[in-house]
Amino acid sequence: MVIQKQEAFLDKLAATLGRERRTEGVERPIWSVSPQLEVYQGFDQDDLVDVLEKQCAIIHTDFRRTDKAGLANVLKEVIIGYEGKSIIVAKDPRNKDYGLDGFYEKLQQVGREVHEWDATKGKENQVFAERADIGINFSDMTLAESATITLFNNKDNGRSISLLPRTWIAIIPKSTLVPRMTQVAKHIHEATQQGHAVSSCVSFISGPSNSADIEMNLIVGVHGPIKVTYIVVD
Amino acid sequence: MSLKISSGSFENRVQRGVENDFMRQAVSSAQGRFKSGRLNAAAELGNWEDWRTLGEEIRTHTLENIDYYLQQLSEQVFKRGGHVFFAETAEEANEYIKDVIKKKNGKKVVKSKSMVTEEIGLNKALQEAGVEVVETDLGEWILQLDDDVPSHIVTPALHKNKEQIRETFAEKKGYDKSDKPEELALFAREQLRKDFLSADIGITGCNFAIAESGAVTLVTNEGNARLVTSLPDTQITVMGMERIVPTWEEMEVLVSLLTRAAVGQKLTSYITAITGTRLEGEVDGPEEYHLVVVDNGRSKILGTEFQSALHCIRCAACINVCPVYRHVGGHAYGSIYPGPIGAVITPLLDGYEDHKELPYASTLCAACTEACPVKIPLHELLIRHRQIIVEENKTSKIEKLAMKGFAKWASTPAAYKISAKMARPALKPWTKDETIKNGPGPMKGWTDIRDFPAPSRQGFRDWFKDRDKGGDA
Ligand code: SF4
Repeated sequence: MVIQKQEAFLDKLAATLGRERRTEGVERPIWSVSPQLEVYQGFDQDDLVDVLEKQCAIIHTDFRRTDKAGLANVLKEVIIGYEGKSIIVAKDPRNKDYGLDGFYEKLQQVGREVHEWDATKGKENQVFAERADIGINFSDMTLAESATITLFNNKDNGRSISLLPRTWIAIIPKSTLVPRMTQVAKHIHEATQQGHAVSSCVSFISGPSNSADIEMNLIVGVHGPIKVTYIVVD
Repeated sequence: MSLKISSGSFENRVQRGVENDFMRQAVSSAQGRFKSGRLNAAAELGNWEDWRTLGEEIRTHTLENIDYYLQQLSEQVFKRGGHVFFAETAEEANEYIKDVIKKKNGKKVVKSKSMVTEEIGLNKALQEAGVEVVETDLGEWILQLDDDVPSHIVTPALHKNKEQIRETFAEKKGYDKSDKPEELALFAREQLRKDFLSADIGITGCNFAIAESGAVTLVTNEGNARLVTSLPDTQITVMGMERIVPTWEEMEVLVSLLTRAAVGQKLTSYITAITGTRLEGEVDGPEEYHLVVVDNGRSKILGTEFQSALHCIRCAACINVCPVYRHVGGHAYGSIYPGPIGAVITPLLDGYEDHKELPYASTLCAACTEACPVKIPLHELLIRHRQIIVEENKTSKIEKLAMKGFAKWASTPAAYKISAKMARPALKPWTKDETIKNGPGPMKGWTDIRDFPAPSRQGFRDWFKDRDKGGDA
């Protein structure tokens, strides 16, 4: 790794600002206002689910709600609806916590392909994801305001799962709901300050991909998934 | 510098825009939608004025300490396995990028469109070096198939209707389905997937780089920027040096301002924050990562009375409310940066000589200043430009030129009437349905929000017909 031409470049900026280079001691000021902290204050988890549900309708995303016991069934319905023959899922301890390991096994027994992301298999994961009908992720943090799934991608949870398959399902544990992006940003900022390395890719995903490049009409589903379902689990 | 998109005279460009009624209507209705969308979204946020104040404070602090934050950014990117190159000029940036590609023996580049790579003329430089460049935004790709040039930086294929797109697909790629937009898009998706999977290099712009952790944030709707940053083994981010924030917390605020001010979305479909190379054991993401920080004239603005122009987050809100833009359309500005912000920064980046009319492209109604989510005093900066031009005694010629074009129209009572009407809130509020079916929703591949309202197809065909193709496109 190399950093090139930094010194001359930054010296010049300092000079045009009419002062010495600042290399330390710069602190963020305390901003005079903080409206972002006020959004949905005092909302409990159920209130936030309501906000999320409303926003789903606006962003072309199907919304389902169930509990742990009902999750496998709802998932099955959605998979059938998406005509999912091949499915890719993250290697996530929550698969087991939510009883989905058994469910995925059963799916395989009835002839559906289920691939759990496997870091040791390298690019094979991408190849599978590219031809998969469905990708499934658990949400790490969920923004009620914009109906956004936050994924901290890592070696067991590849970026491809939520990106390459034709459709995508996000499972949202109710406890992951926060009002808006503010809370995620704070979380990452604090972790960074404590010296934790931020994930190589933090994905904020709100519904299916879309475009308006043909005659200014909105087309849902371009490069990313064409259909998306969120399942909130109480 | 390739800010210029047309070599026709300013007067001609304006004339063409003004004469085109159809275009004016299209722009005007698009502006109405954009504007009411923005107002609705702003209303939902509640205290919009507080948000704007916060945006302004963040941008002011960051720019005042830009050397500090850029150094922090570069150290963090380095820690995460990335290379950083500081480019004073467009040429330096292009040379560096060409060199990286050559060293990797790269043959194919997939790009998600960005203003800064347009500004430095990267595609042209790469193509001249024999590298295949695939623009992966839907609209850009359509044009590339036809060897066509963009008619608009937001919806670049605006001058083509769906029948023409179908024909192009059939002719160039053997497409045999209908001209339904969904089917066309699906076909493009399949075709472009092959490019994504076979490309050696991915190149994107940058909405906000986060100094504290070395992350680069991309704000998109289509998802192509995610593919560009996930699949190729080498990845290059090109950022204008001012596109930086101190921490994730400021990124979050500015992204909220950007998506709302641009088209009234709470967030775009994808906000993606990538940091350095992929980590041990990861499959997606690059094994080699480069960040190119571009000055290209920006430092000339720093430390001057125009410094606040560098606060711009490229949301296009000022353009969407501008009565002059409504009247003449985007191409009349002759710069890749149109509208009020274009009129402010183009002469700063590229000199008064080629763009001396732009500061006159305003009624000074202040709608732009009111719309700006980071409170850049756009109309005051335009007045200041005019004063400088007068002081430098360049006026006589310019005034003559300008009075024939923009300024002549802008000083008519009709212009003020339009301004006054525009200043009233919510022309026609978006219903939910309208947002979905007719709302601009696009926000597409803007690494810099490519959602300026669209002048009509007809307008652009005309424009193209008499456009000097040998120009500095
Ligand atoms: S100057 Fe225009 S484009 Fe830039 S932030 Fe302000 S309103 Fe948005």
